[in-house]
Amino acid sequence: MAGSTPASDTRSQFLRRFRRNWIGMAGAIVVLLCVVVAIFAPVLAPYGPEETHPNWKLYGPNEFFLMGTDEFGRDILSRIIFGARISLQVGLISVSLALVLGASAGLVAGFFGGWADAVIMRSMDVLFAFPAILLAIAILAVLGTGIANAMLAIGIVYAPSFARLARASVLSLKEMEFVQAARILGLGPLALLVRHVVPNTLAPMIVQTSFSLSTAILTEAALSFLGLGTPPSVPSWGSMLSASRRYVELDPWPAIFPGLAIMLLVLGFNLFGDGLRDVLDPRLRAGD
Amino acid sequence: MTQYVLRRVVAMVPVLFGISLLVFSLVHLIPGDVAQILLGTQATDQQIETLRRTYGLDRPLPIQYLDWLSHIIQGDFGVSFRTSRPVLPDLVSRFGVTVQLTLLSMLIALVVAVPLGVASAANRGRGSDAVARVVALLGLSVPNFWLGTMLILFVSLVLHWLPPVGFVSLLDNPWLGLQTLILPSLALGTAVAAFIMRMVRSSLLEVLRQDYIRTAHAKGLREGVVLYRHALKNAFIPVLTVIGVQVGYLLGGAVIIESIFSLPGMGRFLLDSINSRDYSIVQGGVLFIALTFSVVNLSVDLVYGWLDPRIRY
Repeated sequence: MAGSTPASDTRSQFLRRFRRNWIGMAGAIVVLLCVVVAIFAPVLAPYGPEETHPNWKLYGPNEFFLMGTDEFGRDILSRIIFGARISLQVGLISVSLALVLGASAGLVAGFFGGWADAVIMRSMDVLFAFPAILLAIAILAVLGTGIANAMLAIGIVYAPSFARLARASVLSLKEMEFVQAARILGLGPLALLVRHVVPNTLAPMIVQTSFSLSTAILTEAALSFLGLGTPPSVPSWGSMLSASRRYVELDPWPAIFPGLAIMLLVLGFNLFGDGLRDVLDPRLRAGD
Repeated sequence: MTQYVLRRVVAMVPVLFGISLLVFSLVHLIPGDVAQILLGTQATDQQIETLRRTYGLDRPLPIQYLDWLSHIIQGDFGVSFRTSRPVLPDLVSRFGVTVQLTLLSMLIALVVAVPLGVASAANRGRGSDAVARVVALLGLSVPNFWLGTMLILFVSLVLHWLPPVGFVSLLDNPWLGLQTLILPSLALGTAVAAFIMRMVRSSLLEVLRQDYIRTAHAKGLREGVVLYRHALKNAFIPVLTVIGVQVGYLLGGAVIIESIFSLPGMGRFLLDSINSRDYSIVQGGVLFIALTFSVVNLSVDLVYGWLDPRIRY
């Protein structure tokens, strides 16, 4: 205990255990790599994402364009590098939205119970009754297409899973002795919720966030593929795939590389989430 | 058990009500006057007014909702704004295609996932388990619409093994039908296979730690008998819930996969109808899918309660 608080102790313990988890570490490295690529896109990309080369339309990979060019003669590698920005941005914003919406609804439902619980959780059940992508499409039909609306739609669609998770954690925590003790000591409901319940729901929330990032990125790609997300001019992986379908027989490369990029980033978040769950969930820890 | 069934069915009523309200609101919030869109910019105010009255679009929304709901309950899904054909028969025939796609995807997923999940759990911690885990994560990470495009590209266009697109019903000609459905089902089922495999693995690991498994080993039963007869049976209960949820993924994913493979299913029908603002088809179709998904989940819960009496509290 010399000099270190219990909190920093568990943190270093967590880091040590995570570093030993090769699945989680592999995921962390892939995600980090994608983040670095997104941040330094203007430096790393050999060409501008919109820059056209009229004499180089639909060339396969070659020494000037490592992944080839699309139907306007734009460099696919550069567009993929810039596309990392869109995917990460949509993923982060929509999942944050889902987390805030869902977790607060679930916390309130679980903590206060009664009518609040019934109304909130039945509404979540209604949202859950729709296949995610279908609900997102319907919401976009109402709001209109575009990247901001896509983020909002994805946020709404994935909120219920956070709500269920938060509610379940709160329900089990409410019965815990330390929460009961704090209540008996006269802590008000809000203080109880913020100080004792919320911190203890964090572990499952973090794991869920990592997995949601991967599904959110896949959903955005699917929406853009259907022409409902980013407009075609924006270099997003989904809309690149959508455009490439028209000439896939002529030149398959523009249809191959953006899909690999999506798979890599999503795999990164899935590996990371798996590693986190192994480390954070003591119930499953014994399993590996 | 009867009481449990009744309680679950009654609990579904408010959710169904909420579903119908949400579907109706979403569709009526879609911007653009349907009468204006249908008649084009040349239409006179008089024509638009007449059309609005014919379809009851001039009445207040709550009245329209109640009217729509009372018709739906009687099985009347209305007529298409575009073609004036009744919606329900079209929905049902389109849905048949989607059901074939969904079932075949689920079948492929189960056939691949269950043995892999069992093998992975039985070899926990070894190299083969690690490989299986990473392959499963890859399966979860591949976008189904990209996988579909790649399958068309390599299997149909490069190798010329299968016709690239088109549809023949499994009921009319099972062999040809299988040829048209196998690639879309593979594209759609991969993620589900990965999901189920992971669930089988973790659920089985949980069960393998139980005392009765040790007892089964102790009395000298063979490894395979313990795994399949004793462990898998119990491990399958949580897997069942996942299967119910995955049906939702398949129904949703069908929207995209059907478009890529030009299958005349429900998903593509809905996308086309959203684009052409055919309200009654969109309303009916989305409601149809949500109802199907709810009924599947209810059935899964009921089977779950029947298999494991402990959860019927």
